[in-house]
Amino acid sequence: MNQPGIELREVVKRHGSTVAVDHLSFSVRRGEFFSILGPSGSGKTTTLRLIAGFEHPDQGDILIDGRSVRDVPPNLRPVNMVFQHYALFPHLTVSGNVAFGLEMRGIARAEILSRVSAALDMVRLAGKDDRLPAQLSGGEQQRVALARALVNRPAVLLLDEPLGALDQQLRQEMQVELKTIQEQVGLTFICVTHHQEEALTMSDRVAVMDHGRVLQVGAPQDIYTAPASLFVAEFIGLSNRLDGRIAAVEGTRCRIEVPGLPIVQADVPAGAGPGRAVSVVLRPERLHVSKQAAPNGFDNVVPARVAKAVYNGHEMQYQLRIDERLLWTVRVPNADGGQKRFLPGDTVSVRWNADESVVLAQ
Amino acid sequence: MTGSRAFQSPAGVRQAGWLLAPALVWMGLFFVLPLLIVLLISFASRGAYGGVEWTFTLANYRDLADPLYLWIYLRSCAFALATTGLCLCLGFPLAYYIARAPARWQGLWLMLVLVPFWTNFLVRTYAWMNVLRADGLLNRLLAATGVISEPVEILYTDLAVLIGLVYGYLPFMVLPLYAALERIDRSLIEAARDLYASGWTVFTRVIVPLAKPGIIAGCLLVFIPSLGAYITPDLLGGARSMMIGNFIQHEYLVVRDWPLGSAASFVLMAMVLAGLWGYQRAGGERPL
Repeated sequence: MNQPGIELREVVKRHGSTVAVDHLSFSVRRGEFFSILGPSGSGKTTTLRLIAGFEHPDQGDILIDGRSVRDVPPNLRPVNMVFQHYALFPHLTVSGNVAFGLEMRGIARAEILSRVSAALDMVRLAGKDDRLPAQLSGGEQQRVALARALVNRPAVLLLDEPLGALDQQLRQEMQVELKTIQEQVGLTFICVTHHQEEALTMSDRVAVMDHGRVLQVGAPQDIYTAPASLFVAEFIGLSNRLDGRIAAVEGTRCRIEVPGLPIVQADVPAGAGPGRAVSVVLRPERLHVSKQAAPNGFDNVVPARVAKAVYNGHEMQYQLRIDERLLWTVRVPNADGGQKRFLPGDTVSVRWNADESVVLAQ
Repeated sequence: MTGSRAFQSPAGVRQAGWLLAPALVWMGLFFVLPLLIVLLISFASRGAYGGVEWTFTLANYRDLADPLYLWIYLRSCAFALATTGLCLCLGFPLAYYIARAPARWQGLWLMLVLVPFWTNFLVRTYAWMNVLRADGLLNRLLAATGVISEPVEILYTDLAVLIGLVYGYLPFMVLPLYAALERIDRSLIEAARDLYASGWTVFTRVIVPLAKPGIIAGCLLVFIPSLGAYITPDLLGGARSMMIGNFIQHEYLVVRDWPLGSAASFVLMAMVLAGLWGYQRAGGERPL
C-alpha cells in the first residue's frame, strides 16, 4: 500500500517566460486523499493538468503506478478529472455523460448500464439519469461530474477546485461526502484547492504550493500546528504574528525580544541560536484572554485593548490592539451561551504558554 | 439583460408594437404585394406577343413537368447540394481554426473572411472569368509548373460554376459555424479526451453535436441562395450550364413568357419551403 500511486520527479513547466511549475517533486500513495493547496497562480492547477496530460512537462517525469506517462496522451492515461466548472456534455443526459468514458473504452452495453447506475447511486442521483445537465442544480452537476470520473475506476482521480462553485452550506456537506466516497471506493484522489478548510477537512495529506514549488507536505494537523515556514503559517488558518530576535536559549526554551513588548518565551526552533531574527506565530484559538493582569501560570502575558467584539454564533471573535502596529485576532468558544465578556475599550491581558506558539525563521 | 426589462414584459411588447410598423409597411408594399402579383401571373397565360392574358390556367405548372425543365431543376439541386457539401468541408476546418485562435486574431481572421463583400459580386465574378479563362491565371500557372501542356477549358463548364458558387457562398457557411464553434467550452474537449476519446471521436461525439445548430444554419444559408443562383452560372457557366435562376430570367426577358417564369419561381420557392418544413419535421429543431 505504500508504493506511490503517482510520483512527480523534478517537473518543470514554463508558460512563456513565467515558470508555472518549478522542479516539482512529490509522491502520492495509493488510496490516499492528497490535496494541493495554494493561492491562485501558485501552479497547482498546472500541476493537475500535467498529471492529466493536458500539458506536457518541459523537464522531469511523471509516473503513475511506476510507469512514466510523460509521452502518453490524456485519452490513454489511467486518470480521470473532475473539472472546475464540471465540463458536463450539454447535449448528453446524465447517464450519457456518465457512460461516456466506458463507451469510449468499448465496454459491453450491459456492464455500462450496471456501472452507470451504481455510480449514480453512489452520488445519490438515482432517478435523474434522463435529465440534461442544464436541468440540474449546481450541486447535482457536481455529483454528475464526480460520477462520470469515478465510474471509470481510474488509478488516480483528479479534482480541480471541486467545490469552488458551490455555496457555503453545500460545500461543507460535499467535503464530508467526497471524503466518504473516496474511502468507499479506495481510489487515489488528488484535489487542487485554494480553500484551506477544504484541504484540511478532506485530506490525508496536504501539499502547500507557492510559485510553482511545494513548500510543505504533511498531514493536516502537522501543517496547521507545525508550519514549516511563515508563508504556510499565514496561508493556513488565521495567525497572529510577533517579529523579534532570539535573546537567549535555555535548554528547549528561548527568550525572544520583541520591540515594545515584554520578553516572549517560546520553544526553540530547530537550529536557531541567539541573535536570530524570528517570527512567533500564534493561532487565534490558542490565546487566552482575561481581565487579570497576573500571569497565573502562563509563560507569556501581553496587555491589550479590545478593539472589536464579534459574535459568530459558536464563538466570540475579538480584535485586540496590542500596540499601534499589532492587531490580533482571538477566538473564544461560546461554551457559556455567548456573553460578550469583553467590550470594546476594555483593557485585557492576552496569555499563552511557550508550547502554544510556533517560532519560525524570518 | 436587466436594461431591456421593459421590452420583456407583455405590456412592454404591446407598447413597442409600433416599432414594427415601418418594416411591415415596407415589406408589405415592396415584397408581399409583388409576390402576390407574381403568383397571379403564374396562373395567367402568355399573350401572342409576350404580354400577360388574364385567363386562369394551370398550364404553366403542367408545362414545367417537361423533362427538359425537370432536368434544369435537378441540375440546380445537384449544384446547390455540391456547393453546400464543399462549403461545409472547406468551411468547417476554417471556422474551427478561427474559433480556437487567440482572441486577438479572431477578429482579423473574420474580417478576412468578409473582405470579399467589400467588392461587388458581379465584379468578383468577372475576376473569376479572368482566372479561369483558357489564357487565364490558372491555366498559365498550371502550364508554367508543367502540370499541363495544353490549356484546360474550365471557364463555361460546370466546374467553373461550382468553383464560383463555393467561392461566393463560403462566408455564409463560415460565419454561423464560427459562432457555434466559438461557444464550445474548451474544457468539454479536454473532458472528452480525459474520458478516453481519441481526436476523431472528440470531433464526432462532442464537437459536431454541439456545432449542429451552426452546421444547419450554414447549410441552409448556402443551399437556399445557391439553388436560385443566377449571376454565377450565367457568367461562368455559359449557355450549357443553365440553373433555375437562369431559366426564370430567360423566360421573363428572352422568351417573354412571364406566366411560365412566374410558375418556375413559385416551384423554386415551394422547393425551398418544403425543404425547410422537412428539416423541421425531421430534426425537430428550433425554427430558423
